[in-house]
Amino acid sequence: MPKHETPLLDQLESGPWPSFVSDLKRQAESRTQKQSEIQYQIPVDVVDDLLGLLELSYVEKEVHWKHGGIVGVFGYGGGVIGRYCDQPEKFPGVAHFHTMRINQPAGKYYNTDFLRQIADLWDFRGSGVTNMHGSTGDIILLGTTTPQLEEIFFELTHNMNQDLGGSGSNLRTPEACLGESRCEWACFDTQELCYQLTMEYQDELHRPAFPYKFKFKFDGCPNGCVASIARSDLSFIGTWRDDIRIDQEAVAAYVGGELKPNGGAHAGKDWGPFDIQKEVIDLCPTKCMWMEGGKLKINDRECTRCMHCLNVMPRALRIGNDRGLSILAGAKAPILDGAQMSSLLVPFMKVEDPYDNIKEVIENIWDWWMEEGKNRERLGETMKRQGFQKLLEVTGIPADPRHVEHPRFTPYIFWKEEEVPGGFERDIADYRSRHPK
Amino acid sequence: MAFISSGYNPDKPMENRISDIGPRHYSEFLPPVIKNNKGKWLWHEIIEPGVLMHKAESGDEVYSVRVGTPRIMSVETLREVLDIADKHCDGYVRWTTRNNIEFMVDNKDKVQPLKDDLVSRKFDGGSFKFPIGGTGAGLTNIVHTQGWIHCHTPATDASGTVKVVMDELFEEFGQMRFPAQLRISMACCLNMCGAVHCSDIAILGYHRKPPAIDHEEVDNLCEIPLAVAACPTAAIRPTKTTITDKKTGEEKSVKTVAIKNERCMFCGNCYTMCPALPLTDAEGDGLVIMAGGKVSNRIDAPKFSKVVVAFIPNETPRWPSLAKCMRQMVDAYVKGAKKYERFGHWAERIGWERFFEATGLEFTHHLIDDFRDPAYFTWRQTTNFKF
Ligand code: HEM
Ligand code: HEM
Ligand code: HEM
Ligand code: HEM
Ligand code: SF4
Ligand code: SF4
Ligand code: SF4
Ligand code: SF4
Repeated sequence: MPKHETPLLDQLESGPWPSFVSDLKRQAESRTQKQSEIQYQIPVDVVDDLLGLLELSYVEKEVHWKHGGIVGVFGYGGGVIGRYCDQPEKFPGVAHFHTMRINQPAGKYYNTDFLRQIADLWDFRGSGVTNMHGSTGDIILLGTTTPQLEEIFFELTHNMNQDLGGSGSNLRTPEACLGESRCEWACFDTQELCYQLTMEYQDELHRPAFPYKFKFKFDGCPNGCVASIARSDLSFIGTWRDDIRIDQEAVAAYVGGELKPNGGAHAGKDWGPFDIQKEVIDLCPTKCMWMEGGKLKINDRECTRCMHCLNVMPRALRIGNDRGLSILAGAKAPILDGAQMSSLLVPFMKVEDPYDNIKEVIENIWDWWMEEGKNRERLGETMKRQGFQKLLEVTGIPADPRHVEHPRFTPYIFWKEEEVPGGFERDIADYRSRHPK
Repeated sequence: MAFISSGYNPDKPMENRISDIGPRHYSEFLPPVIKNNKGKWLWHEIIEPGVLMHKAESGDEVYSVRVGTPRIMSVETLREVLDIADKHCDGYVRWTTRNNIEFMVDNKDKVQPLKDDLVSRKFDGGSFKFPIGGTGAGLTNIVHTQGWIHCHTPATDASGTVKVVMDELFEEFGQMRFPAQLRISMACCLNMCGAVHCSDIAILGYHRKPPAIDHEEVDNLCEIPLAVAACPTAAIRPTKTTITDKKTGEEKSVKTVAIKNERCMFCGNCYTMCPALPLTDAEGDGLVIMAGGKVSNRIDAPKFSKVVVAFIPNETPRWPSLAKCMRQMVDAYVKGAKKYERFGHWAERIGWERFFEATGLEFTHHLIDDFRDPAYFTWRQTTNFKF
């Protein structure tokens, strides 16, 4: 017997897509059944009450959570999101319902032993409800009480060798695409760089000292599977600077129809026979490809590595060998002056242990942003306020046409005094010697 | 419910404390076929919807079967995932960025038994636990945020709206008949924790009423200067007002705030600072639909999504107007777009005037940008338009 009637939520059990309501009910029932076996450390009916509270939101179309206040684990400024319900009498099981963010392994591969340990811990000391994963990338453990926070942290660190992720004005949990582990287009080892930088900056991750949140994301190539360009303050995107490797036999096989274009991605509809001219050469944004004597030619100097041709013919075209990454800076969601994508800062950098070149860029940016950034100002906003030229100045990167979509519209250049011969101090007497009143 | 200690001693929090150890190293969790061929993959093929095959230089193959999940996952269901991974995948499994699970096997013969097992599993309510799909030129899972399940500022529910849309478009998850991939994202308030602003289609919760002010509580619950400072549009100022004390019936003067309603953009930041300024409101709250964004650099630069529907009410529990709107947009796109055109490419090629005809969505004055400087550049500054 469920604790609360949920006639509205019940309607979300139908339909083919996996129902979160069915899943929550399953968890609620399992807690009731196992309460004699497991000494649940938070109320047995936590999930029942979560369902009851959610039903109330469905009836009233209003939310019933309050912002969390000060909860966390000793010495850390993030990793826990406090949450209280505004109807604790009716739903005591979710009176406290704090979230813990667990720093996921790069690429989100797991073995079952590790996740079973997480599952057991969370069943015992929390609600047993998770998000696999939160939008930042962490494993989200959804709902526990304040006294359990330290206990969970203790078990995570002592028994699982596992730490919390970030929240608040600090480095948020970095995230990477699966990269070289399973993708032929990865131009650097996204997982390793993500791991190494996460470890290097543990202090920045756990102890908020920044003006606002700061995110790193790592995409192995310009396809951008973790959307770094749209949602991280520093976007690391793999690229190469030599030539696309061409297997002409495979090109011929695509043209001849023996190989499925797009790795089979369009197989659900009959788009007609593959037409390399129309589907690849004409769609190349730089028009740097052509057929010559049955062979595909690419003027690689003009290629902007948009990935289109590689995506269409993965068996014929491969990324170059001189690989590295580009660094772009400043993406943020719309608040306040509208959304921003990251802007290209470092066109190319090699990715080699110990990554000093990359760390230098990061630390130069942080030094500037921590000094100049206003409270709750994302890097992209500081960049906007102080200008891209300032970013180049603090990172010591020389200006380059690759930094702009096009040169500036306005000639209103703020020349600096030292850039103009003679400086700004004028001698009016000297002027008057040539221009009498 | 007896308290059971983990070994942590609250009197000596620093005793045996372990901190700053970070995540586990990913290499502990790579299946052998992945570990052995890391960095040496040659090419891949989607052999059928939801099943990817990657070929390595060594000749090894890995088959990944992708299944959708609602992101919320109870440990009961998680354990079921782990049992499947033990049974078919030597105890390894991974998640994708968009809340899908990938079960990987190193031999083609292992694919069919795995698939059969996955599709045979259903929840008591009847829905699939592990629908297969989400690859190629089709619909993949929706990335989303918390909604009424956990956050304090949502204008809608995330899990419910996502469930409704995925039910409506379910057959597309298991097919690859779109002109290009379609990425849908959902965020439950304009803070957009899920960064939905670059999606082919985005569903966004939106409040339409400024906060209510609980004058009795503002000064008790909140630091007024913080609430004032929180407002991005400077709509809030400190003030005083007179209220009647409920117990004594006496009039008294209290410190509180005043809100310039016409400046409010309904962001909820003030409520984050001050629980005496709630926004949530059954009539005011609902959804905005945005479309035409993307994050990939393929063919052209990433794009922002644009607002195409200003408001859809919260029709709990199944949001029929939302489902209908999504259907209209997807059908028009599939009908009109050329191969390789993302949703935004199609809209831009035919022109936004044609987009509203093709989708049957109504263009209203709310869709003309009036927010700060960038708005100017969204108006049409040319005589080139279509009748
Ligand atoms: C009046 C006091 C508080 C104010 C003004 C405030 C403000 C905010 C704001 C603006 C956010 C937005 C998200 C962000 O900045 O990243 C936020 C989220 C959050 N707050 Fe509070 N907060 C207050 C109290 C607290 C306290 C004392 C803590 C815990 C030490 C806390 C923990 C959090 C957490 C963990 C989030 C998570 C959301 C996220 O960062 O993703 N809050 N708070
Ligand atoms: C002032 C603005 C913002 C406020 C008040 C805010 C507040 C919050 C809160 C309270 C949560 C925790 C939700 C929960 O678990 O209960 C959260 C989660 C999150 N926030 Fe924000 N946030 C803000 C802006 C942003 C922005 C601009 C981004 C991204 C660019 C962002 C990214 C995230 C992410 C990724 C999560 C995890 C969401 C999930 O996985 O469900 N937030 N935020
Ligand atoms: C046929 C070409 C492509 C292949 C084989 C491919 C490969 C992959 C792989 C291996 C993943 C899993 C990554 C991870 O979770 O870490 C992935 C996810 C993703 N890719 Fe790509 N990529 C392709 C093209 C693209 C393009 C052109 C875009 C964007 C326009 C894109 C956007 C994404 C997104 C958003 C995800 C997350 C999907 C999910 O997690 O379910 N991909 N892709
Ligand atoms: C303080 C600022 C400005 C001053 C003093 C100024 C002055 C002038 C003058 C004196 C002319 C006539 C030149 C001639 O034919 O002898 C002119 C032409 C023109 N101005 Fe400006 N102007 C200013 C700003 C602008 C701005 C901001 C714009 C546009 C954004 C603009 C656009 C034009 C155009 C389009 C012409 C006609 C050019 C042509 O002959 O084709 N002006 N301006
Ligand atoms: S971003 Fe590039 S390298 Fe990474 S998974 Fe996607 S396609 Fe592969
Ligand atoms: S990667 Fe893009 S720009 Fe380069 S050759 Fe291929 S289609 Fe053209
Ligand atoms: S989008 Fe808004 S309501 Fe949703 S989780 Fe983020 S802050 Fe909360
Ligand atoms: S909702 Fe946002 S814009 Fe409106 S008053 Fe509050 S902080 Fe200001």
